[in-house]
Order: sequence, then structure tokens, then C-alpha cells
Amino acid sequence: MSLLMTTSQTVGPFSRIGLQWLYRDRLFADGTRGVARRVSGRILDGEGRGVDGATIELWQANPQGRYPSPLSSPCANSKLEGFGRIEASADGAFGFHTLKPGALGADQAPHMLVAVFARGLLRHLVTRMYFPDEGANDGDHVLGSLETGRRETLIARCGDDSPDHLLWDIVLQGPAETVFFDC
Amino acid sequence: MSKTAGFRRPMVGTQPDYLSPGYGSSRLRSPTRPLVLLLHRESETTGPLFGADLLGPSDSDLTGQHAGEPLGARILVSGRVLDENARPVVGALVELWQANSAGRYAHAGDSHEAPLDPNFTGCGRVLTDERGGYRFTTIRPGEYPWRNHYNAWRPAHIHFSVFGPAFATRLVTQMYFPGDPLLPWDPIFNCVPDEKARARLVAQFDWECTLPGRAMGYRFDIVLRGREATPLQPAAGGRS
Ligand SMILES: [Fe+2]
Repeated sequence: MSLLMTTSQTVGPFSRIGLQWLYRDRLFADGTRGVARRVSGRILDGEGRGVDGATIELWQANPQGRYPSPLSSPCANSKLEGFGRIEASADGAFGFHTLKPGALGADQAPHMLVAVFARGLLRHLVTRMYFPDEGANDGDHVLGSLETGRRETLIARCGDDSPDHLLWDIVLQGPAETVFFDC
Repeated sequence: MSKTAGFRRPMVGTQPDYLSPGYGSSRLRSPTRPLVLLLHRESETTGPLFGADLLGPSDSDLTGQHAGEPLGARILVSGRVLDENARPVVGALVELWQANSAGRYAHAGDSHEAPLDPNFTGCGRVLTDERGGYRFTTIRPGEYPWRNHYNAWRPAHIHFSVFGPAFATRLVTQMYFPGDPLLPWDPIFNCVPDEKARARLVAQFDWECTLPGRAMGYRFDIVLRGREATPLQPAAGGRS
């Protein structure tokens, strides 16, 4: 028997009510060993204005390059390491703290999967963030499939203040538009 | 490396385009470049695991989160979370939020001049059981005006967010009520051309789940993407 997927609808402007209980801007518990990174940026619309009240969800492998195995039955204890959910402020600014994911295999560079939910988005947008100064980026099968200029929208920049600080903006529309995926 | 099967792409006509001219907020927020096809690897076929440790006793009863009862018509909303292969999605996290019975959200940004209800926050969450089933007790949300076009009103709706087995199955949607006269006027509800897809966003009155003398029941099933077949994988013993 086959069913058809339910139609996506926008989260609207008030998603904070339903989603804030699970806001977490630290993807790993304090004390977890790994390469710590602080990421900050803004979500911008087609006129360069900040997208207010967006929710961003993040998902990545742990510092050993591993993901949890999906379960087939309800579980008693959550495993949220590598998962983040944050709300952009009124001017579209967001930030989170994470550990760089470990190596993922021959043709995949360390990355995080990013979902954007906002008023105006009838279904969420999916993109990826990659890390700067990462040799494996050259061999990544996703980055390698993108044209120069667009590929760079997925790679965070190093902040001026500290090597631990990365900058990455999400541009929904326009010349600097971020690459979004049919995921 | 894990060879977990990827997920099917949604059927044409069942999912909205990002640019939806009738929905004003989509104009400056919709990408103009075509989406890039992303083959599903582990980061797409896995996701966080949500357990019972996250949930509190009143999380599925929106009428029981404050000292008093909220105003409005008490309702039960229940259904199943299934995948496109009609298999139950077990342990899915279902989150819900909504306006109160007067059409006002408990959110600082809601400027609609309708009363807040001190006994209603309007949010809940639950994990699906072994059959993929979920159930909420809440009150029927009110319609509310919005600024999309002249004299625009949103039909009564409940926002649903579902976390299935993988990041690729993530879904956020809205549930509507049968017979709502605002449905034909609403650009969000009408964002897809497939009439049957729209009809599936409308809950059904559920007499069997209605509590006599207490609460009307509504049924709303949610379908997440199904896994693609893995033809190279030898069949597991027995039928499934
Ligand atoms: Fe709403």
C-alpha cells in the first residue's frame, strides 16, 4: 500500500510557542572532547533584510564522525548530541556552539545539515554548512558538484577575533543566494 | 559505512513551491535558483533520538497546563504518523502549537485584538506509540485576521511539527477543520494544485474518539516520506 506525503505548510510567525522548549544552541554537552567552534551569522531575505523569528535546525556527526543508529521502537533516553535548534532574532542574527564533526569517509568533508523554518517558507529550506581550512572540502561530492561562486556559500569564514569563531550567513534570495537542496 | 536506503522524493503536486504569489511573505524569502538534488547519505538518513525523558505529564493535554480550564470548545485530536509505505512511524516527536479559542497566540508578536487566555499557552508535544498513534487534548482554535491581503482571515488551524526517523523526513504542516468557510480563501491552504493533497490537511470529525458529554474528536493522520526500496539488499528471512 502506498500513501502520499502530507503537504508541508509554513511554521508561520509564532513557531516559538511550539518549538522553544527544545531550543539548544550547544550541540554537545559541555566537556565533550573535540574541536570547539562558535558559529554566528544572519538569515537575509531578497532585499538584504534580516529574516525575523526564523527557526534553524542543525544536525551533524559527532567528533568521531558517527551518527546515532535510528531506532525502530520508542526510546526512553533521548540522544540529542549533534542536534541544534535555534531561533534567529528580530534582525535575523543567529549563533550556536558546536564541535567539528569527524571524518566521514572518502568523498565527504565534515559538514552540518541545516534546515530553515520561517514565515514565508511554505516548506523548510535545507542547506549545509562546511568548515573553512578543511582539506577534505576539495574531495567532497556535494561541494564538487557545485559551480565556483555558489560552492562558497556553503563554507563558513573564519572570524577576525578568534580562530574558534566562524561566520556563516544564510541568504534566501538574490545574487549571493545560498545553495539549497532538494533533500 | 552505513548503506541505509534514502527516502522517496514527494509526488508532483503534493508539496508547495517556495514562491507562492498569493502568499506575500514568500516573495522575498523564496530562492530563485533551482534546488540542488542531494543524494541521501548518513547525515540525511539519521536524526536525533527523542525519548520519553523529554516529556512531561501535561505535554499532550493543552487544557491541563494551568490552574484553570481554558475557554473554548474542548477537543481531542488524534491520528497516526505513517510513512508512504503505510508503515507506522514509531517514536516520532509530534509538536503542536495554536491560537486560543479567540484566535490569539500567546506570543508577544501577535497584535490581534482578541483576549489572551491565562489558562492556555497553546503548545504541546508527544511521542508516537507502537502503532504510530498520537493524541492531544486541546481547545478548538479561533480564526484570526492577518495582513496578507485586504480583509484576510486564516481558517482555524493547528500547527504540527513532526520528527520522523531521519532529518530527510522532517515535516511541518497545519491541520484544518472540516467545513471551515475560510478554506477556499486561504493562500497557505491553497498552496498546492492537488485538491486531494489539500483535503488531507483537513481533519475528520471522529465520532468514535469523541468523549460523550466532554470533547469532540478529530482525526488527523500524517504521512512522512517513505524509504526507497533497496533492491541489492538480500531479503531478510520471512515476510515483512
Ligand atoms: Fe497560525
